Amino acid sequence: MKHIKSINNGTMKESMKKGGCGECQTSCQSACKTSCTVGNQSCENPRR
Amino acid sequence: MIHQFKNNGYNIVMDVPSGAIHVVDDLAYDIISMYQDFDRDEIVLKLSEEYDPLEVRESLDEVEDLIATEQLFTDDDYEEAVNDFKQRDTVVKALCLHIAHDCNLACRYCFAGEGEYHGRRALMSFEVGRKALDFLIANSGNRRNLEVDFFGGEPLLNWQVVKQLVEYGREQEKLHDKYFRFTLTTNGVLLNDEIMEFCNREMSNVVLSLDGRQDIHDLMRPFRNGRGSYDLVVPKFIDFAKKRGDMKYYVRGTFTRNNLDFASDVLHMADLGFRQISVEPVVAPPEEPYALREEDIPKLLEEYDKLAAEIAERNKTDRWFNFFHFMIDLEGGPCVYKRLAGCGSGTEYLAVTPWGDLYPCHQFVGQEEFLMGNVDEGITRTDIRDEFKQCNVYSRSECRDCFARFYCSGGCSANAWNFTHSINGNYRIGCELMRKRVECAIMIKAALADNGDEDDEENIPIQNEPVCDFGENCPREEFLF
Repeated sequence: MKHIKSINNGTMKESMKKGGCGECQTSCQSACKTSCTVGNQSCENPRR
Repeated sequence: MIHQFKNNGYNIVMDVPSGAIHVVDDLAYDIISMYQDFDRDEIVLKLSEEYDPLEVRESLDEVEDLIATEQLFTDDDYEEAVNDFKQRDTVVKALCLHIAHDCNLACRYCFAGEGEYHGRRALMSFEVGRKALDFLIANSGNRRNLEVDFFGGEPLLNWQVVKQLVEYGREQEKLHDKYFRFTLTTNGVLLNDEIMEFCNREMSNVVLSLDGRQDIHDLMRPFRNGRGSYDLVVPKFIDFAKKRGDMKYYVRGTFTRNNLDFASDVLHMADLGFRQISVEPVVAPPEEPYALREEDIPKLLEEYDKLAAEIAERNKTDRWFNFFHFMIDLEGGPCVYKRLAGCGSGTEYLAVTPWGDLYPCHQFVGQEEFLMGNVDEGITRTDIRDEFKQCNVYSRSECRDCFARFYCSGGCSANAWNFTHSINGNYRIGCELMRKRVECAIMIKAALADNGDEDDEENIPIQNEPVCDFGENCPREEFLF
C-alpha cells in the first residue's frame, strides 16, 4: 500500500481458537512488581 | 474501536479489538479520523483543498481494503467469551516466595516497610518453602511451566534456603513432569561470585534493583545508617550482567516525585552498559512526599516520549537497550484470554509469607483481609480467590473504552485496591502512564520497521522484544540475540 504500512495485521481474534493454555509467564514474575503489563508477555502455547 | 496518535514523527492507527497496527501518512490519518462520520464523496470534498482528490480516492481504497480484511474498525466481541472465562477452573502456576521478611537496606518507598511487611522480621524455613513448592505442584493441574520468584525483603539474607529449595524443585520437577522457572529479585548487597554462578545455572531471570543516577539511587535506597548503596551494588551488577551473557536479567528501578526526569536515570543505566532495564513508577500513599501526584502526569508523559525517541535512535546503533515497559510482542504476544484475565493475582499467582500464609500477590501481603490460606491447608478463603477470578478487562468500567485495555488487561488489582478500595477500580495515574507507554512501545516498533526498510535487515539487532528465559538454548529462534 502506498499510504498505509501495517506493522501488525491483527491476529488477536484468531487467538480465541487455540488460546487459554496458561503456559505463558505470569507478568509480575518478570521485571515488574507494581504495574500490570501483559502485552509484552509472549505466547508459549506449543500448539500455536 | 480505533485509536490514532502521532509520536516522534509517526502517524499510528491501532485497531484495538483485532490488535492490528498501521503506520500511515498524513492523508490516510485524516481520512481514518473522518471515516465514521462522513461518506466517501464528503471526505474527498473536505480534503480536496489540502490533497489531490485522486490521491484521496486512492487512500480511501486502501482504508476500505483494511476494513474488508478486518484490520480496521473491527468490533470488540470478546465480552461474550468473558462469561465462559468467569466459570473457568483456575490452577496455581506461580508463587512469589517471601523468603526473607528482612532487609539490609532501608529503602524509603519499600511497600514491605523496610523488608518486614509491617509485621515481624522472619526468614522462611526450608520446611515452609518445601510445602509451598508441593502446594504449587499439587495445584498446577496440567500446566508444565511453573514459576517461583525468590523475593523479600532481601532474599540473599536467606540464601541457603534458596539453594535448598532450588535443589528440591529440580528433584520434584522430574517426578511430576514440570519445569520450574526460578527467579531472584535482589538489592545486590550480598552478591558474590558463588551466588552469581548459582543463579546463572539455575535462575531463568534475575532482577537487580537499581534506581539510576547515584544521587537518586542513594536518596531512596540507603543502608539503615543512611549511607547510600550505589557504590557497593553497581560494580556487582555490572559484573553480574556480563556473566549472565545472553541469559535474562533486568536492572530494575523505581521512580518517584524526586526524579520526575526519570528518563535520565534509565539512560544512566544504559550508559553503564545494561541492556535490559525496567524502571517503574512508585506506588505510594498520597501523603508521602515522594508519591506521584496527578499534577505530575504531563511531565511524566513527556519523559516517556523523550525516552522512547532516544531508544528509537539508539536502536540503530550498538548502544541499543530494552526498556521493559516499552517492550511489546506484536506477532507472538499473549492470546486474548490472557489479555482479558490480566496478571492472575489471587488465582494463578500467589504470594507466600515466611510463615507459609497465602496472599493474592506480594503487594497484598500483611493486609489480613486478603489472607487466603496457608501451605498446610491450601486456599481456605475460596471467596477471595473467586473475587479475583472475576477480575477482567470488562469488570472495570473505565477500561471498556480504553485503547490500552488489551495491553494492561485492566491494570494492577493491588494498585486499584490501594487507591480506590476495590480490586476492580482504576488507579488514574497508573492508567495515564500505561496509555503513554503503549503508544511509545508501538512508536518504537514503527521506527524499527522503518529501519528495516532502509538498511540491510541482517544488521538490525532484535530489540524491543521480550527476552527468552533460555538464552542460547531458546526453542524459539526469533528470541536469540
